Amino acid sequence: MGWYEKTEKPKIPPAKALWAICPKCKSHFEKSVWKANNCICPKCNYHGRLSARERIAQVADEGTFTEVFRAVSYSDHLKFHDATGPYKEKVEATIAKSGETESIVMGTCDIGGHKAMLGVMDFAFMGGSLGTGTGERIARACEQAIAERRPLILFSASGGARMHEGILSLMQMAKTSAAIGRLKDAGLPYISVLTDPTTGGVSASYAMLGDINITEPKALIGFAGRRVIENTIHQKLPDDFQSAEYLEKHGFIDKIVERKDLKAFIAKMLNYWGF
Amino acid sequence: MATKKTAAKPAAKKPAAKKTAMDCVKLARDPKRPHLKDFISLICSDFEELHGDRLVNDDRGLIGGFGTIDSEKVLILGHHKGATVEENMEANFGMVNPDGYRKAMRLATLAEKFRVPIVTFVDTPGAYPGDTAEARGQAEAIAKSLEFFSMLKTPIVVVVTGEGGSGGALAIAVGDTVLMLENAVYSVISPEGCAGILWRDGSKAPEAAEALKITAPDLLKLGAIDEVVKEPAGGAQKNHASTAANVKKAVLKALKSLKALSTDELLDRRYAKLRAMGNFYK
Repeated sequence: MGWYEKTEKPKIPPAKALWAICPKCKSHFEKSVWKANNCICPKCNYHGRLSARERIAQVADEGTFTEVFRAVSYSDHLKFHDATGPYKEKVEATIAKSGETESIVMGTCDIGGHKAMLGVMDFAFMGGSLGTGTGERIARACEQAIAERRPLILFSASGGARMHEGILSLMQMAKTSAAIGRLKDAGLPYISVLTDPTTGGVSASYAMLGDINITEPKALIGFAGRRVIENTIHQKLPDDFQSAEYLEKHGFIDKIVERKDLKAFIAKMLNYWGF
Repeated sequence: MATKKTAAKPAAKKPAAKKTAMDCVKLARDPKRPHLKDFISLICSDFEELHGDRLVNDDRGLIGGFGTIDSEKVLILGHHKGATVEENMEANFGMVNPDGYRKAMRLATLAEKFRVPIVTFVDTPGAYPGDTAEARGQAEAIAKSLEFFSMLKTPIVVVVTGEGGSGGALAIAVGDTVLMLENAVYSVISPEGCAGILWRDGSKAPEAAEALKITAPDLLKLGAIDEVVKEPAGGAQKNHASTAANVKKAVLKALKSLKALSTDELLDRRYAKLRAMGNFYK
């Protein structure tokens, strides 16, 4: 039995630790390759998810971003508790892990020399869900943008409203839309960038209300979830359903912009409009 | 005698057991509950329906038209579930396509032009989650409605009469006064949907319903609605006429106070109300 006892299984780290797997084309890449390519699939050009801080670093002019409303965080007014535990514990764990205090990071900055109010959602924070803190940050951003005559740029990445905050999370859809209405009424531009994924209550409120709506290649954008729709219509949906390309074809997106060109595109638009 | 009395007490208490959130969900979905057409015929002395979004379709899941309530001329907009199987099918069970929300905005623009107040009736399981709805921009239609109604220059009274199903309900529920029938429910997600995601078990819907706080008294406490409208004993399905009479009284009272406001006051008040929703951060 000696030979048998000595044999040890080689320790193989789990695939996820070594490989980045493109969710669209399922190709495997070494993580370093994926990161070096700015989280863009080298094979199919799917533009993968970035953290809010990574995005800000790519869009804001260096050293100009000043964060605002960091004290506006989540609210557990329902004392919500589901099968896996209290909401408060989950969200506090997310805060400790991410260092963020809500699903959108907001601040003032310059973009290609144009002053702006910039908000970036982080999908890693509770699925980028729209909570009362998220809505409050957006509403305040609109008001500050009006006061300081700053164009508003919002990057969305979200599964929708945060059900742990109940009806008041739904009401954030109305609150943010009303605030954006006032911003537009004041003659200020709002550019909405819908990144992968933007769905549910976020796509059905501020994310679709841009003076222009832009996105990145192959981003998932939609209202209802694919499975919900398949169960409704009892049919398989085509692969490109709810993709950036599908949305552009149907007239709901102004332009699909590659990540490397986003900052210059935003600056160019602000320049056209005299800001 | 004494033993008889004590024995009778617990038995008498039983029927008064507290109504659960899921009991309200069942009442709110009761097909015998008064629906849009019942409310219109019981509240309005006359009503003219107007059709179509001027783009592609006339969505039967959302009905609109001008009518008279006592002496008040109003635009009525509401989800239509239908009373018969044929009507259910035609109205898609009140699950509205983007076309329906665009029709609502078209008619509301007309009401604004002549400063006719709007009364909306909310009763939908949710916006239609189908391929055609996505292709025609369900998300955009709802988003646009929220922005549009928040800025519309005419008074808006909202009545949640049955199911207030998430964004599909909210799209016609942004207004100046939000009334809600006692047994109606209004939620960010259906209890079944929430249970499926957070409990990974759709049968836990009663727990989810409780946790989400979706009943009229709970929503009043949270500041999401302004007033609870009483239903007859046992629920609105027991007596359509008295339910409609209570709704009519509350709508007329709300219209009277809103009509006294200037347009600027009205819009500032509407914005302030929305702005205060879930602002826990001073």
